[in-house]
Amino acid sequence: MRAACTPSRMAEAVPTGGLLRSGLRIWHMLLRAQLREQPGRTLLTVIAIALGVALFAAVALVNATALSEFTHATQRLIGAADVVLRAPGTGFDESLYPTLARDPQVATASPVLELEAALPGRRDTLKVLAMDPFRAATLQVALLAELGPQLVELFAADAAFLSPSAAASLKVTRGDHFNVIVGNQPRALHVAGILPAQAYPQSLALMDIASAQLTLGQLGLLNRIDLRLKAGVDPAAFRSALAARLPPGVVAVAPQVEVERAVTLTRAYRVNLNMLALVSLWTGAFLVFSTQSLSVLRRRRTLALLRALGVTRGELQWALVGEGAALGTIGGILGVAAGVLLAALLLRFIAADLGNSQLRIAGAALVAQPWLLAGFAGIGTVVASLGAWLPARGAAREPPARGLKGGDANLAGTARDALRAGLALSALGALLAWLPPVAGLPLFGYLAIAALLFGAILLVPVLTVRVLRAVPRSGHIILDTAVAQLRERVGLATLGLAAVIVSFSLMVAMAIMVYSFRVSFEHWLGKLLPADLELRVPFGNDTAFWSPADQTGIAATAGIDRARFRRIRPLLLEGAAAPVTLIARDLAGESLGAQLPLVSSVAAAPEPGAIAAYISEALGDQRRLHPGDTFEVSLGAHPLRLAVAGVWRDYARSTGTVVIDRAAYIAASGDTSATDASLWIRSGADIGKVEQALRRSLGSGGDAVEILTSGDLRGRSLQIFDRAFAITYALEAVAVLIGLAGVSFAASATALARRAEFGMLRHVGMLRSQVRRLIGIEGVLTSLFGVLYGLGLGAVLSLVLVFVVNRQSFGWSIDLAVPAWQLALAGCVLVATSALAATLSGRAAMSQSALRAVREDW
Amino acid sequence: MTATPVLQCRGLGKRYSPAGVALLDDINLELHAGEYLAIMGESGVGKSTLLNLLAGLEQPSAGQVILDGTDLGALDDDTATLLRRRSVGFVFQAFHVLPYLSVGQNVALPLDLLGTPMPERGERTRAMLAAVGLETLGARMPRELSGGETQRIAIARALVHRPRLVLADEPTGNLDPRNAAQTLELLRSQVKAQAGAGILITHSRAAADTADRILVLDARGLHAFANG
Repeated sequence: MRAACTPSRMAEAVPTGGLLRSGLRIWHMLLRAQLREQPGRTLLTVIAIALGVALFAAVALVNATALSEFTHATQRLIGAADVVLRAPGTGFDESLYPTLARDPQVATASPVLELEAALPGRRDTLKVLAMDPFRAATLQVALLAELGPQLVELFAADAAFLSPSAAASLKVTRGDHFNVIVGNQPRALHVAGILPAQAYPQSLALMDIASAQLTLGQLGLLNRIDLRLKAGVDPAAFRSALAARLPPGVVAVAPQVEVERAVTLTRAYRVNLNMLALVSLWTGAFLVFSTQSLSVLRRRRTLALLRALGVTRGELQWALVGEGAALGTIGGILGVAAGVLLAALLLRFIAADLGNSQLRIAGAALVAQPWLLAGFAGIGTVVASLGAWLPARGAAREPPARGLKGGDANLAGTARDALRAGLALSALGALLAWLPPVAGLPLFGYLAIAALLFGAILLVPVLTVRVLRAVPRSGHIILDTAVAQLRERVGLATLGLAAVIVSFSLMVAMAIMVYSFRVSFEHWLGKLLPADLELRVPFGNDTAFWSPADQTGIAATAGIDRARFRRIRPLLLEGAAAPVTLIARDLAGESLGAQLPLVSSVAAAPEPGAIAAYISEALGDQRRLHPGDTFEVSLGAHPLRLAVAGVWRDYARSTGTVVIDRAAYIAASGDTSATDASLWIRSGADIGKVEQALRRSLGSGGDAVEILTSGDLRGRSLQIFDRAFAITYALEAVAVLIGLAGVSFAASATALARRAEFGMLRHVGMLRSQVRRLIGIEGVLTSLFGVLYGLGLGAVLSLVLVFVVNRQSFGWSIDLAVPAWQLALAGCVLVATSALAATLSGRAAMSQSALRAVREDW
Repeated sequence: MTATPVLQCRGLGKRYSPAGVALLDDINLELHAGEYLAIMGESGVGKSTLLNLLAGLEQPSAGQVILDGTDLGALDDDTATLLRRRSVGFVFQAFHVLPYLSVGQNVALPLDLLGTPMPERGERTRAMLAAVGLETLGARMPRELSGGETQRIAIARALVHRPRLVLADEPTGNLDPRNAAQTLELLRSQVKAQAGAGILITHSRAAADTADRILVLDARGLHAFANG
């Protein structure tokens, strides 16, 4: 008989479907009651989740659209090639092409010049793709197929076909001419036709290769060869065999590497932005946690009664998790709709690059696959369920007898458990911060932040009690009562503070990181812009440069005291996904510490035959190079042995930079051209007149040259910096707003729960204003503690952001700097807002119903 | 010469809307120092509303409440609260002690509100705790105490500042018979010991029997209990 009454036997007696049905019924009953009793709070929780999902979805969709456009465009440029040979910049001798064309394993070889041409009077460049149209027709089918008989018009001298985007940008149409800058002179190109809109969505000029070599000053040179292999030839094996036969500086890569370049180059930025967008969502999860915890506390007796009536722990727990999941699902669906709308607006009205110019695209249509949207909505459900899980577990574990009796929940026991978990998570976070990146991403850094964040939240109750115990009695009844209330009911305060601590600490961490970066960036600009004027050809162009005669003319311009020239060109290292930048500049004269923001260096001279090189931190990380190490690069056909003499910070290029002395560069490569210059003005000379004289000296090519004072360039650089982080501030502000909503929820829920207490205080003679002051002081103390805790936690998290996430994501280091005034101001605003929310919530609880609540049973 | 009553009600009435039904109508009552009165009545007849009116927590629709010679209807909320702070003590059915204050701090709450200096406050709190049999539990938290002990804290808090009037609303509703009897005896004895006046609101005939006289509140108003 006894065996027949065991719980397992009883559970066996109920069919699984019955348990599910009863669980669903309980869930439905609780959810309906929650919606009926707390419609406002429930709605705000849904809105918070929707906002988090919307931000995350919008950022992810815009990034996905930009990447899809890039991938699509690159696929059209690469076409059906099996292997792509590349040498960026000036490229390689065209004699390589016939050798490969004759290779028995090659079906088609197509010579290509892919250049970024400088345009007069513009800072942007025009991508020029020059090919042998007949050979390319079989490889770049999508690009050329629709040209049909028009293809022969490409053979006309200086003819170019423009994509619709390029024609619109240059304001030209078929039959017009436009100029590009070659060396220091303009060269006119004839618009032979406009490509069909679907052929290439971005800006592009298509030319015949012979015409381009002649017009763009690239005679005898190629920088890309596309190979289509014969059937049965393994591309990987072919590439590997070919590598040994290629001249220095030329690499053979799979087309996928080309296609994925934009993905690879922008991955760190995109992942960091996505993580930032997730902050709002996580804050929303903490909001669900707070709301559900307070809701569970408020319904303690009801839930205990359900348990007493036979609802199992599991049924109750899942019903309560289901409440959170339901709110998350509704919020997720609303959030996806808002996210799609926001993404469409961003793509339509604002640059789609979200602050990263490498992702800049024009006229892209939103890419939003249904499975992706379903995934975003699902994130809302998952996050809200996670937020509801802990309170649900707590409610299910509470003995029904204790819940039915009422009184205080066992917050002391919860605090003890939380202390252990909090310490463990904090220790785990501290350990994770030391681990290296995974696939170039600071995954352990993010996990460290999550662990430290959760750990710190769990430590809040214990630390609050410790701090409040140290507060002596003041003899002021309102203050003493407020302190006693917070000390003994610290769990309630924690629930209210969780969301705001999360959002504020992350805001503090981000603010410290961005400020540190900005301070370091300004310092970096100061080192790299020592002169009065900076001259440069458009960034990233392959056609404009200054000959030695141009350089002499520039240096001899009236008012110029001293000129220092640089040659900047791309350099492809073996096995690298993206080219690194070579900067050849005069390193003699001033100390290197004054010229470059060095982070480490060696005093010893390089070994015989090697040239001293100063590499950026990113290159050092990629190639595991340290001061004293040597490595080889190829400048066209000229191999060069470089000895790492120092490592410096380069905030302009995350793919790696090498600085060598210009004299050594000229000796090794024979290239005497220059692309950048720093100019010092004679004392008393008028900088405006000097600028005019420089433009005259540069002649017609002067249109393509940017002449900027160091101050202007510094201002523009900082403007770009701030633009890149504008989205960061916007996302953080939303997270803090959601956190503030959490404070408001908790304050109103707590005030309602304490109506009888306020009523009793009024009965025993506490003035209405004194009760309001009591609530206000509690609000100030709670939010002050939350803000101070958030500041401390944010400072710790900022260390992970500055020294782990930033370093591993972008490959550059920054010095820690704290924006003390901005943080103090933000903290004061937050304390004031939280206190106001608490006071307003208390005002509602001070109504006549507070007096009546005294008659209710507690 | 008759002494001034601690509490006087004259023609007291309460309705929650001008056109609504009168919950209380023409209530008259006089209570003198040392007098301990029980008011009985069924649920919903307005016992709690009457208590709120007597304490100045609600404004009557008609009539007057005069506490210690002061017409409560003539006072604004703050002045009425200050009068209540000084002259009234409350005991509730649900105890209503503050869970985050110690037993001693709960008892001392009215003295804190009155700004009683520290030495006197400590002395009177200790004396009151001793009077209700909790002298060794002053540093404990209320959650560590039984229901009967918790109600004794509430009684001590209601009496520690020596109010002129103690209002007890079903003070034994949550207690077992033994604790209820002890609590009622304690309440009566302390009210008498302090020479104040007390009103006990109750459903229980046994509880009402501890009072000097019993009144009944029903649809006919407040009137003397007809024994038997």
